[in-house]
Amino acid sequence: MYKEAEYDIVVIGGGHAGCEAALASARMGFETCLFTMNLDTIAQMSCNPAIGGLAKGHLVREIDALGGEMARVTDRAGIQFKVLNRSKGPAVWSLRAQADRLLYRLAMKEVLESETRLTIRQASVEDIIVEAGEVRGVVTSLGVCYGARAVVVTTGTFLKGLIHIGLDSFPAGRAGEFPSSGLSDSLRRLGFKLGRLKTGTPPRIDSRSIDLSRTTEQRGDDPPPPFSYSTEVITNPQLPCYITYTDERTHRVILDNLDRSPLYSGRIKGVGPRYCPSIEDKVVRFPDRPRHQVFLEPEGLQTKEYYANGISTSLPYDVQVKLVRTIPGLEDAEIMRPGYAIEYDFVYPTQLRHSLETKLVSGLFLAGQINGTSGYEEAASQGLMAGINAALKLRGSPPLVLGRHEAYIGVLIDDLVTKGTTEPYRMFTSRAEYRLLLRHDNADLRLREKGFRVGLVTEEDYEAFLDRKKTLESELRRLAVTRVGASEVNPLLEALNTSPVAESPSLEQLLKRPGVTYRLVRALAPPPSKVDGEMEKLIETEIKYRGYITRQMETVERLKRLEERSIPGDFRFDQISGLSREVLGKLQEIRPATVGEASRIPGVTPAAVALIMIALEKGKRKGGSDTGKDRSGSRGHGLQMQGRPE
Amino acid sequence: MNLEETITAISTPLGESGIGIVRLSGKEALGIASRIFRSPRGKGPEEACSHSILYGRIVDPADGDVVDEVLLSVMKAPNTYTREDVVEINCHGGMIPLRRVLELTIREGARLAEPGEFTFRAFMNGRIDLSQAEATADLIRAKTERSSALALQQLSGSLSRKIASLREALIGVCAHIEAYIDFPEEDIDVQTADELLQRLNMVISELKRLSSSYDEGRFFREGVSAAIVGRPNVGKSSLLNALVERERAIVTELPGTTRDVIEEYLNIDGLPLRIMDTAGIREAHNLAESEGVRRSLQAIDGADLVLAVLDISVPLGEEDLEIIERVKNRRSIVVLNKSDLPHLLEEDLLPGEMTRVRISAKTGEGLGSLKREIGSALSGGGASEGLMVTNLRHKLAIDRAAEALARGGEALREGMPSEITALELREGLNRLGEISGEVTTEEILERIFSQFCIGK
Repeated sequence: MYKEAEYDIVVIGGGHAGCEAALASARMGFETCLFTMNLDTIAQMSCNPAIGGLAKGHLVREIDALGGEMARVTDRAGIQFKVLNRSKGPAVWSLRAQADRLLYRLAMKEVLESETRLTIRQASVEDIIVEAGEVRGVVTSLGVCYGARAVVVTTGTFLKGLIHIGLDSFPAGRAGEFPSSGLSDSLRRLGFKLGRLKTGTPPRIDSRSIDLSRTTEQRGDDPPPPFSYSTEVITNPQLPCYITYTDERTHRVILDNLDRSPLYSGRIKGVGPRYCPSIEDKVVRFPDRPRHQVFLEPEGLQTKEYYANGISTSLPYDVQVKLVRTIPGLEDAEIMRPGYAIEYDFVYPTQLRHSLETKLVSGLFLAGQINGTSGYEEAASQGLMAGINAALKLRGSPPLVLGRHEAYIGVLIDDLVTKGTTEPYRMFTSRAEYRLLLRHDNADLRLREKGFRVGLVTEEDYEAFLDRKKTLESELRRLAVTRVGASEVNPLLEALNTSPVAESPSLEQLLKRPGVTYRLVRALAPPPSKVDGEMEKLIETEIKYRGYITRQMETVERLKRLEERSIPGDFRFDQISGLSREVLGKLQEIRPATVGEASRIPGVTPAAVALIMIALEKGKRKGGSDTGKDRSGSRGHGLQMQGRPE
Repeated sequence: MNLEETITAISTPLGESGIGIVRLSGKEALGIASRIFRSPRGKGPEEACSHSILYGRIVDPADGDVVDEVLLSVMKAPNTYTREDVVEINCHGGMIPLRRVLELTIREGARLAEPGEFTFRAFMNGRIDLSQAEATADLIRAKTERSSALALQQLSGSLSRKIASLREALIGVCAHIEAYIDFPEEDIDVQTADELLQRLNMVISELKRLSSSYDEGRFFREGVSAAIVGRPNVGKSSLLNALVERERAIVTELPGTTRDVIEEYLNIDGLPLRIMDTAGIREAHNLAESEGVRRSLQAIDGADLVLAVLDISVPLGEEDLEIIERVKNRRSIVVLNKSDLPHLLEEDLLPGEMTRVRISAKTGEGLGSLKREIGSALSGGGASEGLMVTNLRHKLAIDRAAEALARGGEALREGMPSEITALELREGLNRLGEISGEVTTEEILERIFSQFCIGK
């Protein structure tokens, strides 16, 4: 076999996960090679041309705070930015951007190509070379071999991808692209358990055939707020989206043609996401709804293509044309690309560690849709973490694992590896039990430090962060100690219809009152240094919700020791008597690395956790790591209580 | 089994015993005890020497109510059973104060201990040596098995259905709030705050009813204690004898003949009733009687039901009014004895809301209606549709769920951000989950996707 080169890290796949993984590993100093089946579709947005949204926007912010690329590229490619949920609480505000698909791709490719330690090759990797349980390299379809000390697999929907349009189906990775079949078999041979998922897209429509006057325009925020902490200003022209609705006629067309749907005729076996059903699914499952929303999203500045979000479908082409033309504004619509459903292989993510390294093969990392997730942001998050952890492994350092209280990325990965998934997994804020801690406005406070320590955040960005942090802290201190006279405050409170104060309150006490904003407080007693727009909100949140935030922090603190109590890799769960077969099965399958992780596995009871802890303690004391604490010495006090009932 | 948390439990067997211990262990044990303990000398558990005993009262910090007179054993780490700070609260007032003390410790931040958890901690903290590791594991297995068998047995079919339906209703409310948060651009009909509040209040009031059914359930399980009180010589012992239909107490014309508390058992409509005759309440003249008086006061505090006996043939005296004052806020019945004699007692001076029954212990007149009143006084609780909570762990979980939901309702009413409401509701769901199995995010998502057409 021809061996062309030797790398530290090989990344298979050039999608959102692959790009982040390759950039992270190269930036952390490792010779990296990224393989993609098509150099022209690097960082392709296969689904809708938007990044962010609820919980997903949080992920993008976190990627940025850690030193990943998605936020910056989105800022360069964005053609509409909007903060969602402004009317709700600060923890669930989230930024969403419409992106120019082409600009995004080119911007990301440019970033990749300017990275010195990163080589990019167009080739289809068909096999992973493993020796003695350790990854050694990869082989392409042309039989060329590349050595590697770590491999990150980010194949998206390409593993045995099968596209369905009506009753026709054909192998493809995405519309118009080849699938990858060899790699899927290679993973199976290595002993991985694979499953099958399904996802889909709607038709794309020529805007020249859309009557926009029959739709409702939706604009973004002005000025557009950027995703990245390092972006000063968004320079692209901004475009609106348009909203229209299906009606009874649309639904009739669909119901009349269900016999030609691959979903309803049983041809599609993979499980699709419940939060992103096809239009045929919506019509069947919610027969009482007279209409369904359709978002027309521009695909870019240079193209006439519009993405018809909301009518994802795998009905036959002629039915797609017919159903689209029942929608107001789309009566004369020309479909440029049909919608389709795609089935693909994924690896059950419970076979991964929290570092995203597989438990089976050392040095092999998986990230993105291959782990059963859906969404660019979810993919990029995992790619970033897999890249970081592959690099850390080669450095001989412990992996970077984010806690559930530290980041949505932590929630995402913990859910995947401890609970697994049976449908494409998407992030929702409701998945985070510490939602008040994981805010859009404090991603840098949570993660910037970590990103800097692994070497991804630049010196310059880090300095900027420290400045921001210092301003924030001194402002919080100032608010706590600065008092204002009651006579000065009371007219303002009266105007807000709240009760007056008797004594001089601190600015902090004032800000805690309902209706009192930071701006109002700032007007009363201006800060010495500039406190900008986003920090205003952050300060308000930190003070107004301090009670709840503290409560969540206390819970985190209580659980910390369980999270720190590690379970050795070779720990014999089957040696613990008294565990139910179900619990034992789960523990053996998931092989939790810490007691905290074990306790989060569904079905694991407090008693089971106690038994595990006793067995661990037993092993520890036997293993000689006995710290010599007084164990047998004082038999006097307290022991007489041993027999008492509890 | 989180070792960071402070745990609490009633560590004496539940049942007849008038004395019981609530044991706290963990970092917060001293702090929690300090917040609910009042010593006449002002010395709190935190300042106390290790392995010392303090005398004082347990007071509900919320309303200043005295719950029980107690002895507090303070044992500071590391020379304790668990190697953590341990406080044992020795209660004297019987089951009701004991449980209230337990509930107070939980409200102040302790967690109800899992079965075998004190011993588990003793092992984990090196108090129990390696050779006993298996024994510790066995103890946990056995206790868990026993307690879950008991819990299961005590979770009747109708109760578990009730909890399940409340849980379902709550998941529904959560689904609305979570959908409102997570899908701002979807065309979905989320209920208004008022509608959600209404559903939430329904759940809260059902939970409260279930919680109050616990006492009634306990009556059947553990029996009811009733204390007969009254000033000397109003016929307390005669009443006891009449109720149990045989001579038990010494009856004389001499006031203060009953020097101690005398117990008898009888059965009213299937309710096992432990009935105590007490020494007359008044200033004691000698040592033996003062001890008896002290005990009878204690019997009032520990009793589920108090029968306050008055002599209808004489006008109300100072002592009578004192007794009435002492028991009027308790579950109690005023028994007007000696109805066979002329009525000289001024009945209109008695609080109108108190149940009154005229009897003659001598002739047996009115005994039937007294028994009926006893029965109805004890079943006036919240049990409905045959639903009864009979497991303390269940009751505590229900109470904590109701508290969290009430906070959630408050947040909803005040227009706090929806993630705050969601936080409290999840807390409530998690509490209910302690009875009916964990509620996962997955269940809420499932509800969202089945109820709302999501899919932009």
